[in-house]
Amino acid sequence: MIPPSFDYHAPKTLPEALELLGRFGGEAKILSGGQSLLPLLKLRFAEPAHLVDIGRIPGLDYIKEEGGFLRIGALVREAGLETSPLVRSKYPILVDTASVIADPLVRNLATVAGNLAHGDPANDHPATMLALGAEVVATGPKGTRTIPVAQLFTGIFTTALAPAEVLTEIRIPIPPLGSGGAYVKLERKVGDFATAGAAAYLVLQGGVIARAGVGLTNLGPTPIKAVDAEKYLAGKKPDEATFAEAGRLAAAATIPGADRRGSVEYKKEMARVLTTRALRIAARRAGGK
Amino acid sequence: MAKHAIQVTVNGAARGAEVESRLLLVHLLREEFRLTGTHIGCDTTHCGACTVLLDGVPVKSCTVLAVQADGRSVMTVEGLEKDGNLDPIQDGFMQEHGLQCGFCTPGMMMTAHAFLAGNKNPEEDEIRRAISGNLCRCTGYVNIVKAVQHAAGKLQ
Repeated sequence: MIPPSFDYHAPKTLPEALELLGRFGGEAKILSGGQSLLPLLKLRFAEPAHLVDIGRIPGLDYIKEEGGFLRIGALVREAGLETSPLVRSKYPILVDTASVIADPLVRNLATVAGNLAHGDPANDHPATMLALGAEVVATGPKGTRTIPVAQLFTGIFTTALAPAEVLTEIRIPIPPLGSGGAYVKLERKVGDFATAGAAAYLVLQGGVIARAGVGLTNLGPTPIKAVDAEKYLAGKKPDEATFAEAGRLAAAATIPGADRRGSVEYKKEMARVLTTRALRIAARRAGGK
Repeated sequence: MAKHAIQVTVNGAARGAEVESRLLLVHLLREEFRLTGTHIGCDTTHCGACTVLLDGVPVKSCTVLAVQADGRSVMTVEGLEKDGNLDPIQDGFMQEHGLQCGFCTPGMMMTAHAFLAGNKNPEEDEIRRAISGNLCRCTGYVNIVKAVQHAAGKLQ
């Protein structure tokens, strides 16, 4: 399959990219890793007149802790996240997530920022970033603004990013001592989108849950932040009964569609089971195990 | 739609081409450069038959634009053999019968070649994970894993 015709632009700097995006308005799409965009173009799901390739802009490929956040630059690949010593030692939930996205070859090109900016409810990072309370930095013609990931997904394949904005950085609050997170995905085979996925993040203090985050993958038109489950978890003991009830509340927040991956009932049940499992692992990690 | 003049180092040799923006890397390699060892399988980023190394990293060349390779180096299956000597991974596939129809083999070998460059003594499950983006519909993977192990042994 050959993509439809478009003009290709390879800006060398971010201001140059923003100028191009501003000039073309909604006629342009940002190309980065290309692992979602190019398949879409081949299938004619999108036919942009211009592609602005941000892949040659230096200085956007970094993973660092600074100013209270883990900062992930726009051009960090999934493989880079998965193998980063910092991420492997302190953010196992990100390793859980990156390592189940597509397959190793796709992960060599696909970017973490693209996984969010694409706005696909079947993508895996959104659930994890929702659970972790992350925010993204959007850089546009008038400067930068931050958008909480909880406000990023406005509809299916639609985000709060303006056409002339680039998602330049992901910011995850550095987790306090006694916290832990996990992402659990059910997939039919390597490379498939999730039948269902659940991310959980727990902050434990004095033997109770001080704060909780729960995000869900591919269980509705947008990634889902399971707010009722999060509220329920706060102040509770991290035990099986608590996790079971949180799983039930998370499942109640889903609005999946039936497809070849399963029926509505099956997916809701998987949401419950996976949320419970993710919470169990998160609690174990929060306890230093 | 303007054409782009690109320069790509392919298997160590500098090559130039005038390409449309939408030309895929796999088509540049096969149709412009006549390097038909790189196969087109599913053409939907699933099967990995089109795997090549882009600056040493295995990628699916059906999901990369030729213009994205401008100024970079590409290695295809034709670049594995050196001075008439097979690469250890090629020898491994031969010795261990790591193929039946052979369609997935070029991509499988490129992935394995890059994997072994970063992991000289892999466990079986590391090998299986490394090749999980390359589909084989004949072998059941057992002999492919043996082929990679054979190559790893030769590289030590």
